[in-house]
Amino acid sequence: MSPEALISVSDLTVRFGETVTLDSVNLEVRPGEIVTVIGPNGAGKTTLLRVVLGLNEPDTGQVQRRRGLRIGYMPQSIAIDDTLPLTVRRFLDLGGRVAKGRRREVLDNVGVQRLLDQPLQRISGGEMQRVLLARALLREPQLLVLDEPAQGLDVAGQADLYELIGQLRGELGCGVLMVSHDLHLVMAAADRVVCLNHHVCCTGAPHDVRENPEYLALFPETEIASLGIYTHHHDHAHAVTGEVVGAHDHADHHYGHHGGADHG
Amino acid sequence: MITPIIIMVITAGQIMDDFLIRAAIGGIGVAAVTGPLGAFVVWRRMAYFGDALSHSALLGVALGLLLGSNVNVAIIAVCIAVALLLVALQRQRYLASDTVLGILAHGTLSLGLVVVALQGSVRVDLFALLFGDVLAMTVTDLYWIYGGGVVALALLLWLWRPLLAVTVHEDLARVEGVNVVAVQLGFMVVIALVIAVAIKIVGILLLTSLLVIPAAAARRVSSTPEMMAILAAIIGTVSVIGGLSGSLQWDTPAGPSVVLAAVVLFLLVMLIPAGRRT
Repeated sequence: MSPEALISVSDLTVRFGETVTLDSVNLEVRPGEIVTVIGPNGAGKTTLLRVVLGLNEPDTGQVQRRRGLRIGYMPQSIAIDDTLPLTVRRFLDLGGRVAKGRRREVLDNVGVQRLLDQPLQRISGGEMQRVLLARALLREPQLLVLDEPAQGLDVAGQADLYELIGQLRGELGCGVLMVSHDLHLVMAAADRVVCLNHHVCCTGAPHDVRENPEYLALFPETEIASLGIYTHHHDHAHAVTGEVVGAHDHADHHYGHHGGADHG
Repeated sequence: MITPIIIMVITAGQIMDDFLIRAAIGGIGVAAVTGPLGAFVVWRRMAYFGDALSHSALLGVALGLLLGSNVNVAIIAVCIAVALLLVALQRQRYLASDTVLGILAHGTLSLGLVVVALQGSVRVDLFALLFGDVLAMTVTDLYWIYGGGVVALALLLWLWRPLLAVTVHEDLARVEGVNVVAVQLGFMVVIALVIAVAIKIVGILLLTSLLVIPAAAARRVSSTPEMMAILAAIIGTVSVIGGLSGSLQWDTPAGPSVVLAAVVLFLLVMLIPAGRRT
């Protein structure tokens, strides 16, 4: 574990019965860095997140968290029984008490202020994603863990959300670890991409991973064909998050560090 | 204001002699706890879980008689043991949760019936155990109800916030630092306590109704979890008073009458327009 890492996973293996879900996986997230784990369905992405969060125990390997690490977690989805009368405000309060000024700032930032008195069961999928993000942010996390944050959003909504996450990373200086099974836009928002299919196929800056043969083998032609769109958004996203000093250099640094083709 | 209170205190001893008043006091004490607990049972979809635990209470009664220990203590112990067994069995993936509940609910109920039958020397009023015997309530019963009820309510209040967080999303609560296992264990203890004190009112077979029906009725007119818990307690209390009055009026069995009163209240609440429902 390098001294500045928020969380470091080394040589991680998780089995469910005979199935090896994660096979000698290494992963590290540092402050201010957005790491995106991509991979097909059933590749072990959510299991990896659960181990990082301490919800699952690894069979072998080590998980090291920085001492006293505050994690903000945005779960994949949330299903609340209709019989529970719960407003967005109460839902957010369940995460813990927060100073008023700070709370207002977060809610304005994420755009959920006007939803506060709505019942949680009545808000739309996109609004729910923002509410879940707000709850994670209210903890003033040093590490933000997002499981499929753009799930169920249209392309414009996804772009907005990733832009918001990039912006928040700049403001809070927190590390971000997120998972996605689709490639849409998600790579554009990352400093480093980890391509996972039980083992780490390749890792590096988004534009390098895209040319890696293992990556090309993992995602079918149809997905690759639409990469034109991502490249476009990739450039766009960099223009938007340009305020974040040295974001690009940062990514290159990690790319060099990990050799770009960390075969498992 | 003061005089009537003094008179009430002075006459309290005499009033306790009246079996109907004892029944009402006991029933209200039980309803005050089953309401808030029932809200959690409804939110967490644990109606069958509660049913299985209350069925196992008969085994507690049987073991209490067999071992010569206090029956209430035996019920609490058996309920906690069965709750732990249920939680453990629900972690396996071989059988679905409702199947496990069905096996344990009826397995423990039958075992209880058999153990009771084997004790030929002890006369047990099975009908009272299964359907409640609120009119035979003694002052000792009242002490148990209020003692157990206060402990259960205090525990529930203490657990309220983390339990609500776990109910909404268990993983999220765990990541945010809630000790999920401790909270769930505490919740099991509350359920076991409430079952032990509520059996006297409606009996083993009808017990879940006192948890589920007032909470379900309260849902329609509540906008916060706390409001739903308090309204469930009030609706439960009104059901007890209404059911006992009806039982006296028409000479019907008290436990089932209380449950029917709760059903009537539920249906009345359903008639309220759903406009302001949240």
